[in-house]
Amino acid sequence: MFIYIDILLRLALWLLLAPLLPGVINKVKAWVGGRQGPPVLQLYYDLARLWRKGVVVSTLASPGFIIAPAIAWTAVVAAALLLPLAGAGAALSFDGDVLLLVYLLALARFCTAWGAMETGSAFEGMGAAREVSFAVLAEIGIITAVLTLVVQSGSIALSSMFEPLPGPGAALLAVGLFIILLAENCRVPFDDPNTHLELTMIHEVMVLDHSGPPLAMILHGAAVKLMLFSVFLAQAVLPLSELPLLISLAALAGSVLLITVAVGLVESLTARLAFKRVPLLLTIGFLFCLFPLILTWMGDL
Amino acid sequence: MNDTLSLLIGLAMGLNLLALGTSRLPVLIRAVAAQGVLLGLLPLVLEAHALDWRLILITLATVAGKGLLIPYMLIRAMRAAGIARELEPFIGYIPSLLLGAGGTIAAVALIRYLPLLPEHAGTLHVPGAMALILTGFILLIGRTKAISQVCGYLILENGIYLAGLLLIRSTPILVEFGILLDVTVGIFVIGIIVDRIQRAFDSLDTRKLTALHE
Repeated sequence: MFIYIDILLRLALWLLLAPLLPGVINKVKAWVGGRQGPPVLQLYYDLARLWRKGVVVSTLASPGFIIAPAIAWTAVVAAALLLPLAGAGAALSFDGDVLLLVYLLALARFCTAWGAMETGSAFEGMGAAREVSFAVLAEIGIITAVLTLVVQSGSIALSSMFEPLPGPGAALLAVGLFIILLAENCRVPFDDPNTHLELTMIHEVMVLDHSGPPLAMILHGAAVKLMLFSVFLAQAVLPLSELPLLISLAALAGSVLLITVAVGLVESLTARLAFKRVPLLLTIGFLFCLFPLILTWMGDL
Repeated sequence: MNDTLSLLIGLAMGLNLLALGTSRLPVLIRAVAAQGVLLGLLPLVLEAHALDWRLILITLATVAGKGLLIPYMLIRAMRAAGIARELEPFIGYIPSLLLGAGGTIAAVALIRYLPLLPEHAGTLHVPGAMALILTGFILLIGRTKAISQVCGYLILENGIYLAGLLLIRSTPILVEFGILLDVTVGIFVIGIIVDRIQRAFDSLDTRKLTALHE
């Protein structure tokens, strides 16, 4: 019985807190730009509005157009539930759940691309192709980071694999995971979430023809994914699970907020990269994750 | 001491990858300069227990030469030639980054099989030197602009200097002083040559040097 309450509490936490992060990012961007900006809770209002609206479905589209965003959203939320929360640990944990997490994220991406292709629009197909081809490079980085944690802790269960590396390894891993966080969540050096030019969009172009509740699911799923990566990054780098429960949760929340502000700052201070330079930055992110792996593997050099 | 040493050498190895991954010549030149400064500080770390004024003087000279004088001359040559980017390298940025990273990892992994003195075995000293020499080679082979090739040569020299520091107790450090002087004169000469290439061919692309020109 207790475990159900635990899972429900976590679910509520993830679902309710996630839309806060894009609001914080937008506030930071507005603050750097000297504007007042939208309220921090804007995404909540948007989601509520979208939820009440109807859906416009193209005559070309199969039911997959509605089903795909739903599967993607479920997969991302399920992946988030697998993640332990600092001192509170994970609600359910088994050996190899980290693989399930990676595959759930891949499933979510597949479904977003599938939903985009359903519309039969050339632009959305283009966006899907871009999203998937960059994801191939970003995924190498995630898998390397996961391998680093696995080698460091000697465990393949998420609940016990977050044993941060000592010193420089942790710093390298933090930079690498941050680059991958930006790429995976389509933030600025890789993609501009505010752009309105179909030719240069990646993620946003895939959701152009979605409306109503499916769009709400896509937006909320993106927010949950951002929070998931921030929580993963914070726990992979900081030794949070050794602290007492409440302090560790507060530290986790603080570091997630810090990461969000950093994303906002990167977004305000840098320009989007040209497409042909994106693989270079992703390769650099991969190398930032690879060197901690070598450091851990070689032992104390 | 070993931690500081490994940190300095690790940072120098990181700068290797920056040098391999960037297409902007000012960034490349500054990376090489920063690497020279980091490695110039090494004698102080290595001989921290027996500092004397000669060692400090030589450190200062190395830092000033590699960190200020050589980059200044390279940046001047770059401005005179009017180029700021390496546009068409023989080996692209991603392949050269991966080659450099692979070489670095191989250097770190191979150290276990080398018959090193016990005081060198636990540090990044030898793999660092090997990684620097390898990066220098990749830049020398893979780039087409003369200035990038000079930077590759400088990284190569940094690697040789790092390897030379292994013998800091048995060779007079004056030898390194002589090498540094040679390098400075070399860069000076290359600066002039770069200028001449630029005037004769209207480009710093070394591929054009194979064609006859009036």
